[in-house]
Amino acid sequence: MSRLTDANVVIAKEIIARYPRAKSALIPLLHLSQEQNGYITREAMVQLGELVGVTSAEVYGTATFYEMFRFEPVGKYLINMCGTMSCALMGAGELMHHAEHKLGVKAGGTTDDGMFTLAHAECQAACTEAPTLQVNYRYRFRVTPADFDSLIDDLRAGKLADEIPQHGVLAKVRQRIPADKGVGAVAPEDVTEGPAWLDGKPAL
Amino acid sequence: MSSYPHAPGFVAGDRPKVVTSRFEYTDSFTIDRYLATDGYTAIRKALSKPAAEVHDEVKGATVLGRGGAGFPAGTKWGLTPQNVWPRYLVVNGDESEPGTYKDRLLMERDPHQLIEGCLIACYAAGLSQCFLYIRGEMALAQERVATALNEAYAAGYVGKNVLGSKFSVDIVLHWGAGAYVVGEETALIESLEGNRGMPRLKPPFFPAANGLYGQPTIVNNVETLANLPWLINNGVEAYTAIGTKTSPGTRMVAVSGHVKRPGVYEIINGITTFRDLLYGEEFCGGIRNGNSLKAFVPGGGSAPWFTPDQLDLPFEASQVGPAGSMLGSGAIMVMDETTDIPAAALTLTHFYAHESCGKCTPCREGGTWLERILTRVVNGTGTDADLQQLIEVGTSICPGDFPHASNEALGLAAVPFPYKMTTICFVGPSAYAPIHSALTLFRSEFEARVTKRITIPVTAVGVAQ
Amino acid sequence: MTTVDPTNTTHVDPNAVSLTINGKSVSARKGDLIIAAADKANEFIPRFCYHPRMAPAGMCRQCLVEVEGPRGPMMVVSCMTPVAEGQVVRTETEQVKKAQEGVLELLLANHPLDCPVCDKGGECPLQDQAFSHGPGESRYVEEKRHYEKPIAISDNVFLDRERCILCDRCTRFADEVAGDALISFTSRGNNTQVMTFPDEPFSSYFSGNTVQICPVGALTAKPYRFKARPWDLDQVESTCTTCSVGCRTVVQSSRDELVRYQGVDIDPVNWGWLCDKGRFNFEAINSEDRLSTPYLKDAHGNHVATTWSSALETAARMIRTSLATSPESVAIIGGARGTNEDAFAWAQLADAIGVDQRDAQLADGLPAEVFSLAQATIDEAMAAQTIILLAPDLKEELPVLHLRIRDVAQKRKAKVVEITSRPTGLTPSAWKSVMVEPGKAASTIRAGLDQSILKQIGSGTVSVVVGRMNLAESAESVVLALAEILHVAPQAKVLPVLRRGNVRGAITAGLTPQRGAADTAEILALAAAGKIDTLVLLGSDPLSDVPDADLARRGLAGARNIISIDTFMTPSTSQADVVLPAAAYGEKNGTTTNLEGRISNIAQKITPAGTARPDWMIAVELASALGKDLGLGSVEDVTAKLAKTVAQFAPAADTKALRHDGVVMNRLTPITLNRAEAPANDRNSYDYRIVSFRKLYDSGISTAKSPSLVTLAIGATVVVHPLDLDRIGVQAGAHVQVIGEKATVVLPVSTSEDVLRGTAWLPFNQPGNDAREMFDVNATVVDVRIEKLS
Repeated sequence: MSRLTDANVVIAKEIIARYPRAKSALIPLLHLSQEQNGYITREAMVQLGELVGVTSAEVYGTATFYEMFRFEPVGKYLINMCGTMSCALMGAGELMHHAEHKLGVKAGGTTDDGMFTLAHAECQAACTEAPTLQVNYRYRFRVTPADFDSLIDDLRAGKLADEIPQHGVLAKVRQRIPADKGVGAVAPEDVTEGPAWLDGKPAL
Repeated sequence: MSSYPHAPGFVAGDRPKVVTSRFEYTDSFTIDRYLATDGYTAIRKALSKPAAEVHDEVKGATVLGRGGAGFPAGTKWGLTPQNVWPRYLVVNGDESEPGTYKDRLLMERDPHQLIEGCLIACYAAGLSQCFLYIRGEMALAQERVATALNEAYAAGYVGKNVLGSKFSVDIVLHWGAGAYVVGEETALIESLEGNRGMPRLKPPFFPAANGLYGQPTIVNNVETLANLPWLINNGVEAYTAIGTKTSPGTRMVAVSGHVKRPGVYEIINGITTFRDLLYGEEFCGGIRNGNSLKAFVPGGGSAPWFTPDQLDLPFEASQVGPAGSMLGSGAIMVMDETTDIPAAALTLTHFYAHESCGKCTPCREGGTWLERILTRVVNGTGTDADLQQLIEVGTSICPGDFPHASNEALGLAAVPFPYKMTTICFVGPSAYAPIHSALTLFRSEFEARVTKRITIPVTAVGVAQ
Repeated sequence: MTTVDPTNTTHVDPNAVSLTINGKSVSARKGDLIIAAADKANEFIPRFCYHPRMAPAGMCRQCLVEVEGPRGPMMVVSCMTPVAEGQVVRTETEQVKKAQEGVLELLLANHPLDCPVCDKGGECPLQDQAFSHGPGESRYVEEKRHYEKPIAISDNVFLDRERCILCDRCTRFADEVAGDALISFTSRGNNTQVMTFPDEPFSSYFSGNTVQICPVGALTAKPYRFKARPWDLDQVESTCTTCSVGCRTVVQSSRDELVRYQGVDIDPVNWGWLCDKGRFNFEAINSEDRLSTPYLKDAHGNHVATTWSSALETAARMIRTSLATSPESVAIIGGARGTNEDAFAWAQLADAIGVDQRDAQLADGLPAEVFSLAQATIDEAMAAQTIILLAPDLKEELPVLHLRIRDVAQKRKAKVVEITSRPTGLTPSAWKSVMVEPGKAASTIRAGLDQSILKQIGSGTVSVVVGRMNLAESAESVVLALAEILHVAPQAKVLPVLRRGNVRGAITAGLTPQRGAADTAEILALAAAGKIDTLVLLGSDPLSDVPDADLARRGLAGARNIISIDTFMTPSTSQADVVLPAAAYGEKNGTTTNLEGRISNIAQKITPAGTARPDWMIAVELASALGKDLGLGSVEDVTAKLAKTVAQFAPAADTKALRHDGVVMNRLTPITLNRAEAPANDRNSYDYRIVSFRKLYDSGISTAKSPSLVTLAIGATVVVHPLDLDRIGVQAGAHVQVIGEKATVVLPVSTSEDVLRGTAWLPFNQPGNDAREMFDVNATVVDVRIEKLS
């Protein structure tokens, strides 16, 4: 299924409502779509354009700018190997060679069984723990070739299913703003006066 | 000094802890732990004063921005035009500068502290909605912040009438999708508007005046905001007692690469020197394997490099700038004697060329050109003309003298920071910075890699004059 | 003692800024960009992405200059840096030169340099500025970017991504100006490219503008590709008459054939933009089907080519015979497609022979009294705080006016209130859209508009853009609604938007019923009743254009003699006894009048087809054959006499002023519209009320005879709301019968949420079965049933 499910449309509308302008929700909604399908489909982009009120071309323009969005299916596990300076200084190049050998695919490729896509990645903000990698955006630090092998074996054996969800799932918890607690988003042109608490007095 | 298995990378020390005080707890990210350790007392304290007074405190403490530019937060808040509403807060949690990480830890380990910081900022500066933009690849940080926000809303710390006061604000969790350039504040705003994250030119797009949806917008870094609860709870005096007058407080610094104990440290601002950090026993404990230090990048991948000559400089922008580099985002990458300098520079040039948004011609075309030439040089197929060409292309991105450190052995005097640039943002110049540093400080390593090109004179024959 | 400095007493403009550019003192206005100020001072700064009609992007970085700052000279992009008092700008220092050369070298790095086979070669800003501001040689030895080239991104536009320098002009235009964001940058960094959404074409009415503003040969237009080299082109500035907006153009030819129109930027009208129809319909003028010789109908009803003298003689004889019966047995329909001179010469002829029955409108316009209301120019209409639209879909009928209104709406300079029976191209930009059932606009307004709208209208200046919003609804219905608007907005100025090229000029020049004589609908009715002996069709095709097919057919059948002056053998022309070939646009000189009354010149560029000649000349010759001397020997004579004879045209006496911006005609003393109770227009047993207006591409000759446009007409169809389709009980795409009082027409049905429930939208004059069969020129509204085919 490539359009959002009805349940996800409900979530999408909830997300859109948080922003003063609907288009702001576009990247979160692209993630939602990728979470559902594992990648971004053409139909999804058309639908998201309708949901936030922009053309499909605009959705496409935004989506293709960001590296996390995939437009073709990827392996069940996307393994992003950091190769930026700190990791490179600490052996990321050698680790990538090892990974290519272990998986039998070149960087950018997907294993025949559809389990793994191996990819070059840029700095993952864990530089002191080099070399690092992320599997579906879950970290592994100071990875040795042996660590890599056991990671692959564990993933194949399904031992990490609880920790590492399918590709596309980021946070496993969604923000929820309860109707009675939220202030609500207002289009900027509809705001005519400053906040009530700027009256020179304490707010409490 | 200790490390916590639950907070990999972080190294605690026997120093004041402004933002990392809860890192020792395995459950530091829960609201229960937060409340048990003075959580949400600062916002209550802030709300019991007029907003302007809270703003004055932040101004008085000179809380420097921790994102890279080091602009004082209190002053930034004051740059919004009078009587233009609404104003927004955008939290920059798109940490992706090579070598840098601290915001990720702050979001993963203490999300409520960040939320409370946002509340204080919104109250003080009259910001009616807050967007907390977390880097796309940081799934755990998103999860922790989402959970914390849900808890905070349920408990009435965020949303309508915070703590029953007349202060109301929504904090919306937003997350990116993989683009380094979005860490630049105007690109962050573009991205938050659902667009391609391409930077806007300042002026006219100074976010404080013309930001999100064209409204006044304050963009603050995660660490900057995380400082606020402590500041409000402990007061300006306590805050400025740490560090120096121009660089008060602490800051988080990541030291990576060839040191014995790489890690993220909360250090005292302004006085800690690079030598302290790299060699001090309470910090990294020296270069690995007893090797010698060859060079280090002092402020994230964009920064011109330093060599051992600069080790005694403190973490103080007013000294590091004239010395030819910048403190940037608090990230040091250390290279020991074994480092292949051209190859190391290539990893950074590749990074910035890859992360160019494509907007400015010099960065889009020049970055890739630099990468291609340098790749050739590193692979041993370059010529000496390529080395000159690297400088020529770099000059098209950054005209004039490019900053670099002094070097006694080479007889070089420092060229102070900053550089001139033909691009909107720093991505283009950053692709050149490592090349310029490496070529200036380690030219012999390049020369050894390239073939000397012989020019064969050609004489035109038989051409009528 | 007090001394008065006389210079102090002069008014000081608070927005004036003086600065220095390359040592030259320059005055500018606050908010001006350095690059614009430099342009005014004739100091050229190289640029690619900057376009004065779009928001600056600061993308190409070519326009770097030095500005003296507190810490020495700073390098800034002049396209995004505003001028400041006392600013010192240098655009030619060594450092600036080096930076500009550096950027150019980088722009050329991945450019294929295939100039010899590129349409843009010879008029290419990249080529020109590489020469004037480039380094002279490239040191780029790497492999260049490769893309498939070129790819068709729409029916008429090709994209070559290798040539593209990513200046963001086309994409900004599509989004900001046209509102058709169907092309976008995709991917990132060095892989950035302009693309459509996969398999979704850039089908914008304004796509040709992207070709014109592309600073390289990345975007090319099919109708011009490989037709000519710029140095082979002859060109002349003119005014487009495809519709009545009157966009300023350059008409270009090669070897006496029209090859391209380009938009010219004039402030009061089109800002450089053209619609694709106006841009590409030069193809029709080059058509093989053009009438190139006169014809007479023989005894068998066949058209036989003849000479001008015999054709004119025959025509004169017909008219003379008819006049002998009564001047009322002669009538002239048309004239709105020609020049002011054409119309005036024919009006002079009609005056000379006493024919009062003449009408440039084809029962699809508005009474000429709309020109007697307080008038607004386009600029004045746009400057109002509220713009009320009581008009057809302007994107379809007057595309560049649509752009002007969209501009003020998007920039929130004015609030647009739209009163319509179907959402239009401006609905997304409108502040309020009041949806009314056809025939109920007047009563809806009379019953009271929303308080917020009334408050807005009452709070400031108002302009009303008025036209035929629905061709299946009477003109009276519009006038009644307009009277109601003017009642709540008495301060409002009116911009009438009659669509046909020079309709305002033709009416003002005298091609309008005189002394209460019959208008087109009445002429046709008289003809049907056998009371018209000679009917002159002056570039008009009632069979295609009158919104009552039956009336037009009966009228033409009933007229004893028909004389048609036209450029093509149209359905009406083929009924004519005498056919006189007319010179077309681009083949004659003269002036035209746009919808706001702006008079500007149109220019001849090529020789007319065959022996075709301008309408005014035909009038003069016909008059002469009738023994009348109109005293008009040249087109200049006609213009001069028009300016002297018709008070409104007096400004046209200054012929120099007619070039470029043109002049606005004198206005009439404003009258007040009387309100009247509108008919109830209640529904009868019919379920659907028809809404009909034109699409940009229809069966009109300029579309039908232009190979690049003809395929763009959507074809006859009936469109209903999706829920109504369920009621009819068919699937979209099926054929249904649309049953009106006058006729039943079988049409394919489709759905749109845009169509109000209980209404049916039928595009006017499309290829296929003709909806006008059901229209009744005497009815206020047209109601129909829609049923499954039995």
